[in-house]
Amino acid sequence: MTTLPASTKKKLGLVIDLDTCVGCHACVIACKGWNTENYGAPLSDQDPYGADPSGTFLNRVHSYEVQPLATSAMPHPAAQLIHFPKSCLHCEDAPCVTVCPTGASYKREEDGIVLVNESDCIGCGLCAWACPYGAREMDAKEGVMKKCTLCVDRIYNENLPEIDREPVCVRTCPAGARHFGDFADPESNVSKLTAERGGMELMPEQGTKPVNRYLPPRLKDQMDAPEEFDVLGPYLAPVAQEPKGFMSWLDKALERI
Amino acid sequence: MHPAPSVIVFTTLSGLGFGLLFFLGLGMPAATGFTAFVFFAMAYILAVGGLMASTFHLGHPERALKAFSQWRSSWLSREAWAAVAALVVMAAFGAGTVFMGARFSALGLAGAAFSLAVVYTTSMIYAQLKTIPRWNTRLTPVLFLSLSLAGGALLAGQTSFALILLPLAGVVQVLWWMQGDKALGASGTNMATATGLGNGAAGGNGATGATGATVRAFEAPHTGTNYLLREFVHVVGRKHAQKLRVIAFGLAYALPVLLLLLPFSHALAGVAVLCHVAGVAVSRWLFFAEAEHVVGLYYGKRAA
Repeated sequence: MTTLPASTKKKLGLVIDLDTCVGCHACVIACKGWNTENYGAPLSDQDPYGADPSGTFLNRVHSYEVQPLATSAMPHPAAQLIHFPKSCLHCEDAPCVTVCPTGASYKREEDGIVLVNESDCIGCGLCAWACPYGAREMDAKEGVMKKCTLCVDRIYNENLPEIDREPVCVRTCPAGARHFGDFADPESNVSKLTAERGGMELMPEQGTKPVNRYLPPRLKDQMDAPEEFDVLGPYLAPVAQEPKGFMSWLDKALERI
Repeated sequence: MHPAPSVIVFTTLSGLGFGLLFFLGLGMPAATGFTAFVFFAMAYILAVGGLMASTFHLGHPERALKAFSQWRSSWLSREAWAAVAALVVMAAFGAGTVFMGARFSALGLAGAAFSLAVVYTTSMIYAQLKTIPRWNTRLTPVLFLSLSLAGGALLAGQTSFALILLPLAGVVQVLWWMQGDKALGASGTNMATATGLGNGAAGGNGATGATGATVRAFEAPHTGTNYLLREFVHVVGRKHAQKLRVIAFGLAYALPVLLLLLPFSHALAGVAVLCHVAGVAVSRWLFFAEAEHVVGLYYGKRAA
């Protein structure tokens, strides 16, 4: 059914720390790797080694430049580069689910994960139109809609060691910028992180009630702080010096040739 | 939005076809026998031809029957039901007028209502999308319905109705364009709400959400293109948008009215219909090509 459940027992989702993400795209590759081999149709590429490559991804990393406003205390504030991973936010009020004419899209009552039953998908694309986040991509080869499954085939998978039972993007992140957990539980790691760091919703005005949260980056205030005292400065005399004696003569002789 | 030819053909032709079926259902013109057959054939070719064109943009058209299952939540599913209801009821009504010379007016009225329901459900598929502020307005169903009725009156040879409905539809069209040009700015969705970065961002303690900070897209996630950019960030032809609007307005509304005001001849009426269809097609192309999906904000491709 494409009507949404009134409530879900769990609200599984991700916290993404924009302060920590270094923009390495490891989560993108790990996601593509796991999801092209496991649940559902593979994530195809078109013209992968040619002049115009494109392909299906469930997770992509944007990069933004934030320029703080100049103040009298900081007349030339440095711009900050923020890396911004984006995947399905598993919205509580998911507009992609209700528009689906076939019932292929659904939100699970037990854990809130939004999934696509690919054998029912007619590939009309309306769910991707309804998603404000660009979380759904139509696979050009299979003609069905692909989206983040929150690695539903890992998190409950008893064939995997327990440490691996989390979404592969979280498992692989070398910076620890991604966290997986249950937002319905106020004591969970993701609920605590959200509370401590002011985890934010993307496009709250769209009314989708996204489950995933983003931790805002802290201001990098060290780079251009004015007149800062340098502790190590006096000990760091320049190493390169003008040559003396024979080396000086050799240097000049070589110059003359 | 990518102006897919299949969807433009579908909404243009089936809008006209169901508009014509609406008038036929009301007994305008009150034709029977062969004349009625010609009218019904025209309406079915347009309506069914449009519906078939719409299946060309599906990834799996062979599963199209599944689209009847989710009428409780999905406007696309409701459209499928309305289309089948309209076509079946009007086929029964049409058979009566063509073969028996009898008009079952209750059947015709029901068919007319279902025909309008098809156009309404089609328009709601677009109007429901908050992600595309230009479409997300009550004016979208008004535009689709007024266009369908005006085109239907024109095709049904109801000159006096057409002379009222065409100018009305033209006014709605201009209002829709005017509102649409302000829609993205008025929607409240912008790069700050999309990313939580920069001025006015929702992130409470994030210093990068400080007043006056600006955010711009520095690097896209991918060097090439992708489904999202192809489908939602169409920009080709926008620079000609104003010219195309004038062309669409002239062809779809102004010229047919002028031609109808001239002394009636079948040739002139034919030209008026062709003008109207071409104009509606241009208007529908603009409907898609000009529509800004908010996902473009993540790529820094939106002015707002």
